[in-house]
Amino acid sequence: MEYKRRELLDIAFKHIFRTAGLLTLLILAGIFFMLIYNSIAFFLQSKPLDFITSSQWNPGSSKVSYGIGPLLVSTLLVSLGAMIMAIPLGIFTAAFLSEFAGRKLQNILKPFIEMLASIPSVAIGFLGIVVIGPGIAKIFGIQNGLNAMNGSVLLAIMALPTIVTIAEDAIQAVPKTYREGSFALGANKWETLFKVTLPAALPGLIAAIMLGLGRAIGETMTVLMATGNAAAFPTGFLDSVRTITATIAIEMGEVPYQTTHYFALFAIAAVLFLITLGINLLGEYFANQFRKFQP
Amino acid sequence: MKKFIRHSINNIFLYGSVTVVCLFLVSIIFQIFSRGLPVISWEFIADFPKDGLTKGGIFPAIAGTILLTFITTLLAVPFGIACAIYLSEYAHDNWLTRLIRAAIRNLAGIPSIIYGLFGLALFVQALQMGTSLLASGFTLGLLSLPYIITTSEESLRRVPTLVREGSLALGATQLECIRDVVLPAALPGILTGVILSLSRAAGETAPILFTGAVFYINSLPGQPTQEFMALPYHLYMLSTQHQSIELVRPLAYGTATVLIVLVFLLNIIAFYIRFKKRNYE
Repeated sequence: MEYKRRELLDIAFKHIFRTAGLLTLLILAGIFFMLIYNSIAFFLQSKPLDFITSSQWNPGSSKVSYGIGPLLVSTLLVSLGAMIMAIPLGIFTAAFLSEFAGRKLQNILKPFIEMLASIPSVAIGFLGIVVIGPGIAKIFGIQNGLNAMNGSVLLAIMALPTIVTIAEDAIQAVPKTYREGSFALGANKWETLFKVTLPAALPGLIAAIMLGLGRAIGETMTVLMATGNAAAFPTGFLDSVRTITATIAIEMGEVPYQTTHYFALFAIAAVLFLITLGINLLGEYFANQFRKFQP
Repeated sequence: MKKFIRHSINNIFLYGSVTVVCLFLVSIIFQIFSRGLPVISWEFIADFPKDGLTKGGIFPAIAGTILLTFITTLLAVPFGIACAIYLSEYAHDNWLTRLIRAAIRNLAGIPSIIYGLFGLALFVQALQMGTSLLASGFTLGLLSLPYIITTSEESLRRVPTLVREGSLALGATQLECIRDVVLPAALPGILTGVILSLSRAAGETAPILFTGAVFYINSLPGQPTQEFMALPYHLYMLSTQHQSIELVRPLAYGTATVLIVLVFLLNIIAFYIRFKKRNYE
């Protein structure tokens, strides 16, 4: 009798654990379905062509238009600016950590960089308002530092930990024999790093960059607080910009339920979802390439 | 000579990058703490905001964040660990489990604002929870789920197979083996992952923007169906949405300091557990 009870409990929990696994699948499906469903509702009420070709995002005025162009360009501009700063910094830091730093220094620096990752995005955005924005305004002699460059600097800070950790994994995964072969041919530390180790780790470095970029594109609070939020096509880094994420954050709180405007915000979210999904899948593809090194 | 110059330049790049990265962290902390710490007092932590939020403390925001994280834990931790147990102890390598793993990886890459939209559509509107502590907590729970699953599965996998075989050979059912042998051995690793993901959830703002966080509420959220104040949202509001932004700047610095200290504390606890475990092994 006792044995039967134990066995029943075992079977019951087996099904509970399995259900939990299936539920995660359902969550992803749910998010996907929600975006698609509401986007379709939007495109039934507004012309799909306008969404792509209209040069204005202007849901509030009398001449309503829902062009995703300016938002998309803003998002890409800010993220690209962030990557220009974060990629060299991140990869050099990773190279230093894995090839040059001693064990002790590693044990201090790694948790230190992880701490950088844990600072909430709203605190980084606050820093953009009180320190970096005014700094940029002073350097370039402009009125207001809340612009694309401010957002880029902050996003670079936020993407750095991701890039450093993954790039470091990739560099460490390069087999020792590669380095030894290079040293045996008479190359020194530097030549080995730049001509052998880093090229060998390239797929992993690309993975690091992709995952960092994915994070930067999806970031909301920092860009919402620090980039000025002007919904027009930016002409440079000193222009105020408005990203997709910031637009959703600003407008979703005020828009009436199930209006065209409401559905439009889901439509731009669906575009954002597809972009980050594509970038993350690409990053994962490259990450798998470098893991093949390991036995 | 040429080589020397080239190497010096390389040196500058490498050491320079590390220095810049460290300077970022140090200056962030210094900039915020140097102006935030003087603001912090017992009154600031334990008092309600006064005079249109220009005076007083941030007690309801602190309490809101703690309650919110508690609800997040209630949803994400049992669900996440159950899923991790399924993947590491039961799942065979077939199309279904590969699909589940792919789903988890993709969930981890979804921007937090999209979780906010999902929470709004599912919890607030479809399940009619309204904008509330519960809806926000559940949204943050979904957000931290993939991270909890991945770290838990990793530490479950690190428990040697021999241990499982020993317990099964003594006549334990698989559930008993997991409950009495595998889980206790994996617990420090699971706990580290859980604490880190909760610290991340506590600092999130985008997902609670439209699922329940509000500017000001003059009582504590006694019920999970009420709206609430939260530290990250309070900081956002004080620094961008208040009518007299310059007037509330010191309070914003204080709030930022409290938020960062809270997150760092959770991180330090997680590091400590990880460190302890390493010594134990």
